[in-house]
Amino acid sequence: MSFVKLTASALAIAAVSATAAAARDNVQVAGSSTVLPYASIVAEAFGENTDFPTPVVESGGSSAGLKRFCEGVGENTIDVANASRKIRDKEIKACADAGVTDIIEVRIGYDGIVFASQKTGPAFTAFEPADIFNALGAKVLKDGAIVENPYSTWAEFNAELPDVEIAGFIPGTKHGTREVFEEKVLLIGCEATGAMKAMIDGGMSEDDAEDACLDVRQDGKSVDIDGDYTETLARIDANPNGIGVFGLAFYENNQDKLKVATMSGVQPETATIASGEYPVSRPLYFYIKKAHIGVIPGLKEYAQFFISDELAGPSGPLANYGLVSDPELAATQQMVNDEVPMGQGM
Amino acid sequence: MTDASLNSPAASGPSQSLHKLDARTKKRNAAEARFEAYGLVAILIGLFFLAVLAFAIVRSGLPAFTKTVLDVEMNVSQQDFDAAESQLFKTKAYAGLFSKSLQAQLTEQGVTAPFDDAAIERIAGKVGGTIREFYRENPGQLGQPVSFELAAASRVDGYFNGRVTRDTLTESRFLMLSDLDLADALKEAGIVRNAFDWNFITGADSGVDNPGGAGIGASVVGSFFMMLVVLVLSLPIGVAASIYLEEFAPQNRITDLIEVNISNLAAVPSIVFGILGLAVFIQFMHLPQSAPLVGGLVLTLMTLPTIIISTRAALKAVPPSIRDAALGVGASKMQAVFHHVLPLAMPGILTGTIIGLAQALGETAPLLLIGMVGFVARGYPDGFLQGFVEPNSAMPAQIYTWAARADVSFYDKAWGGIIILLLFLLTMNIIAIILRRRFERRW
Repeated sequence: MSFVKLTASALAIAAVSATAAAARDNVQVAGSSTVLPYASIVAEAFGENTDFPTPVVESGGSSAGLKRFCEGVGENTIDVANASRKIRDKEIKACADAGVTDIIEVRIGYDGIVFASQKTGPAFTAFEPADIFNALGAKVLKDGAIVENPYSTWAEFNAELPDVEIAGFIPGTKHGTREVFEEKVLLIGCEATGAMKAMIDGGMSEDDAEDACLDVRQDGKSVDIDGDYTETLARIDANPNGIGVFGLAFYENNQDKLKVATMSGVQPETATIASGEYPVSRPLYFYIKKAHIGVIPGLKEYAQFFISDELAGPSGPLANYGLVSDPELAATQQMVNDEVPMGQGM
Repeated sequence: MTDASLNSPAASGPSQSLHKLDARTKKRNAAEARFEAYGLVAILIGLFFLAVLAFAIVRSGLPAFTKTVLDVEMNVSQQDFDAAESQLFKTKAYAGLFSKSLQAQLTEQGVTAPFDDAAIERIAGKVGGTIREFYRENPGQLGQPVSFELAAASRVDGYFNGRVTRDTLTESRFLMLSDLDLADALKEAGIVRNAFDWNFITGADSGVDNPGGAGIGASVVGSFFMMLVVLVLSLPIGVAASIYLEEFAPQNRITDLIEVNISNLAAVPSIVFGILGLAVFIQFMHLPQSAPLVGGLVLTLMTLPTIIISTRAALKAVPPSIRDAALGVGASKMQAVFHHVLPLAMPGILTGTIIGLAQALGETAPLLLIGMVGFVARGYPDGFLQGFVEPNSAMPAQIYTWAARADVSFYDKAWGGIIILLLFLLTMNIIAIILRRRFERRW
């Protein structure tokens, strides 16, 4: 290694660092792994259909994405955060503290959350929120008293369910899906079984009781999955008795391996989610930093392209992949055109 | 010889013949044979697992290198082109033109299976992008017949390579049973065939609904630029640090402390370097996100300890007599190191560097935090220098991303990606072996 070579390499690195200071010309997105598939479909189409470079879409979960979103304004921060839940007040505050004030909230559509098991496994065909709560809750109501979850098979609390070991694979806490699972399944189940009332009667405040309802059992029968749905699918593949929580789109793409259960008697499908009959669904969002519009080329165009009728409408590629399209898409389009941030004008 | 036989226990008995093995010699020989057998078994076990792994990888990865394609002749007029270009979702308009052409071709060839727009959309993959790109680059071809070779949908591809069967098919909006009849008819008509998927080797990542368009080429380039950064930075820094520590530095507390720290750094989990990279290179130094330059810098930090440790071992292995001889004939310390010690240590240094690079090549965790894992489909960089700063992915990151996708055919792509990654590694190792052979000296 001669000194000439060394100097040459040092010079090359210096030159590279100099070009690195040049402006970023692509949209940078991060966040929910539920929104990632849709965002990647849009990003690819955006690159193919416009003269802007293909946006970079990272995954990592809604919370992680919003955290990075709220790091500040500037080229070295992301422009768009995908989220499978609404941004929280404390996140808005964290954003404001870092100088990210005008945030545009864009709802892209709805996603159903389904409970699925191995196609050839035991007959898990119909659930009520109460069943899921009894199976996976930390404390349940049994014989009129609140006890640590004593159940080890599904048939112990509901004779119509198969008599097999309980094994639930639920999204981990960094996923936005977890929040929906807690609110629309565990909490409802907690109320339906009377456990919530028993807790309040037992001297707990309403808030504490709600929190206690959302706790899942820690004895290994409920497993938090921090990875993607593919990890959940792998667990279900390995365990015939396993019940997994999936997004509707993921299930539809893997129908030859999975069978889905009804929730409160309703079959999860695009129509029942759009009409609101299927209870476990949630809106999907992405958030834009208004300060980056006009600075990062293609940011506004990306947002407009994403929610255009051609992409996010009922016959677009997003719906074809499994997104339940938003009936109020036109209002969202108008909002993005006018760049209306949250808390203003609407 | 006489001494040996006098001292050997075998000779101690008076009536023993040297030609007859006594019990203790037999035992020793048996122990030796056993020891040899253990070694052989260990190697055989290793080879067995290697064979199983290689077999599994090749078997699962091969489908990624072929794809089902549709041969369709299209004739797009200037009018069609203008109409398509005036829309927001242009590629969809081109897909519509494709569907029309295919239907015309089917009618002409008298294919009996029923077909409509929806069925063709299910059978064909995302074809619009390819068609648009072609006509934008070759506007002269408008109004003339052009034959296209376009990827079929992943499930049709799966039907022809046995992943999807009629018995296990669940009818959905992705694929209906009647589509399989149409696919068979198309195959008979010679429109559908199996072809080598060059796009997989040369292309960039594609959206989750377009497995047929996914390629690993762009991320190979990303990995290449990262390795370039790692090599250019870590080899000179690592070798300089080791030479100083080994040949020049005084032995005192401070150098001891540095040594301990280097050994510790080698054991730090790689994700920690990723966090460091995010904080220092992106948030503090304002280097771009998702750039191979930053990936390379992070991996350099990770590779340095490996290179320093192996370089120091290589320098230590050079006999002191070489140094003494050089100094003895009047060479300066620097001359002794650069003319004599370093050339002799070169094979060891190269081995260490290649091991470090190979480790860095397969690393995904630190890249998670600097934005190189996810959907990065920008394609090839515009130039050499841009290659360092334009967003790109890396091979292991690309494989990881594919493995996490809902459509099963991306799983095949992930295995195919592993094959490419192994080939890349193999190439690196072969270069290292050739270089080592050239530098090797015996004394």
